[in-house]
Amino acid sequence: MTPATRAKIEALFDRYPQKRGALLPAIYLLQEEKGFIDGDGARELAKLFELEPVEVWEVLSFYNMFYTEPQGRHHVYVCTNLPCSLRGARTLLAGLEAHLGVHGAGTTRDGRVTIGHEECLGSCGTAPMMRVDGQYHENLDLAAARRIVDELE
Amino acid sequence: MIVEPYVKNYLSEHYGDDAYRTLAGYEAAGGFAGLKKAVALAPEQVTEMVKASGLRGRGGAGFATGLKWSFMPKTSERTKVIVVNGDESEPGSFKDRLIMERGPLEVLEGILIGAWAMGAQRTFIYVRGEYRESIRALESAVKELYARKLLGKNILGKKGFEHDVVVHSGAGAYICGEETGLLESLEGKKGQPRKKPPFPAQHGAFGLPTTVNNIETFAHVPFILERGVEWFKGRGTDKSPGTTLFGVSGHVERPGLFELPLGTPLREVLGHAGGVRGGRRLKGVMPGGMSMPILPPTELEVPMAEEFLSQKGTHLGTGGVMVMDETVCMVRVATVVAYFFRDESCGQCTQCREGTAWVHKLCQKIEQGRGSAEDLALLDNVPSLMEGQTICAFADAAAWPIQGLLRHFRDDFEAHLREKKCPFPESFEL
Ligand SMILES: Cc1cc2nc3c(=O)[nH]c(=O)nc-3n(C[C@H](O)[C@H](O)[C@H](O)COP(=O)(O)O)c2cc1C
Ligand code: SF4
Ligand code: FES
Repeated sequence: MTPATRAKIEALFDRYPQKRGALLPAIYLLQEEKGFIDGDGARELAKLFELEPVEVWEVLSFYNMFYTEPQGRHHVYVCTNLPCSLRGARTLLAGLEAHLGVHGAGTTRDGRVTIGHEECLGSCGTAPMMRVDGQYHENLDLAAARRIVDELE
Repeated sequence: MIVEPYVKNYLSEHYGDDAYRTLAGYEAAGGFAGLKKAVALAPEQVTEMVKASGLRGRGGAGFATGLKWSFMPKTSERTKVIVVNGDESEPGSFKDRLIMERGPLEVLEGILIGAWAMGAQRTFIYVRGEYRESIRALESAVKELYARKLLGKNILGKKGFEHDVVVHSGAGAYICGEETGLLESLEGKKGQPRKKPPFPAQHGAFGLPTTVNNIETFAHVPFILERGVEWFKGRGTDKSPGTTLFGVSGHVERPGLFELPLGTPLREVLGHAGGVRGGRRLKGVMPGGMSMPILPPTELEVPMAEEFLSQKGTHLGTGGVMVMDETVCMVRVATVVAYFFRDESCGQCTQCREGTAWVHKLCQKIEQGRGSAEDLALLDNVPSLMEGQTICAFADAAAWPIQGLLRHFRDDFEAHLREKKCPFPESFEL
């Protein structure tokens, strides 16, 4: 953990009646720095929060938005819950996977894109949709989705 | 890109206007008149007004808001906390996102009115992690409120009226929408729901007395204070006053959000969404998010309010209306539903953990044409074993939609058994 990340985390402690309240935001900050959080990262956080490493690990593995393994440079998540599926999300996801040469969830060989599906993202009125590096893209068809994915470095 | 509602009412009247997200724009539109009225009253009077208005929570359970506020301890020895539920993860629901992005100050004014009424010093707004835009909009509004001394100490010059707001990001877990799962998560733990009692009003966030309300619930509060109880009761039904933002998705011509009075007939809600796409026939509607049982097309006259929907064996839930046309295979729908609940169970209760896994396996088997009459009998039985037996209502939410599908679309399941394949070639892909 860089001193800058550490300082940012320490600045969060006061926002909560108990320091541990800052753990989720702290994980986001460390993840932003490192891309994913491994055993060392968990230990560093544990020390900072005066917790056992396993307590941090439990939290890390409970939430979908935390990564404990290396990720592609970009994240592409297609929502496949019911309202999106009713409007063609599964076909869209299969089309994108074929386009990227990834079958089932996974990362492209060159490490460029990690693709997967997600549950309802609150865009059911503008379905189908995907989340690319945190940003929503809505009212998609396969051509539009391919264009967005192709533009990723 | 989030669109404004197609039909507006008092909540969403100004959602098309970017300035409404700023304090200046919000005040120009009449904002903070409600808070000013509130602080001229005694705190208990404000709670009484919210009680008298009949406002019911918009997070899914429809609990009376004023009554909930009155559960908070009246003494002030311990810090009292407001927690705002912006986790919105119920499939088919997308209204809180719109409110946070387009009307963040409505929520914050509602919070301040609640803070005055309950004597609360701190608020945590818990927003699902994926809603980056919502978080940004709220944070920027909070910053402006501090700058204008509408947060911090001596708010509106009232000695002793102090309040702090923190916007907190979740990290992707449906169960954190359940209020005690949310509290655990806010404390930096796994979002596993707590056994109740103790209830949050006694032992909530960080062990402090806490009231949890939904984003939309708070957004209604300023209007009640500003325009009065009688005005509020003048829209909606006797038991469910006010409007809500119905989110219509699936097979309609014009999916989106529609702010309509509670009690609007389902047929009218669908009409606003342009009806079923391509002139096709309707097959079924889930009226309140994925946790609520489906309605058949013969129930279109039902007024969309809890007291009427519960007579039809379903609930208003979040007002997320999912529409399915005649092409849809209801066994596929069951499979999608079952997958979701299996994936999101927090795993603490055996009935829920095992039950959701079984239900998914059975649905999948039947959908693939490999099911037997015994499998269907088991599918009839397992959901009833999950209901009412667990730490939180998630297991009920997982059981109900499956029971609804079996009740109204049994033929679809039996056709799969008979034909040993899916007999709906035009259905959406799995
Ligand atoms: C499994 C489950 C998920 C829930 N998800 C949400 C949610 O995402 N947002 C929400 O406001 N309420 C959700 N609730 C309801 C909350 O537990 C709680 O009742 C609500 O936030 C109270 O606010 P209200 O009284 O203003 O409706 C959920 C409940 C359950 C059982
Ligand atoms: S009912 Fe399910 S989600 Fe709720 S506490 Fe039990 S296992 Fe967890
Ligand atoms: S189902 Fe995809 S955003 Fe709701």
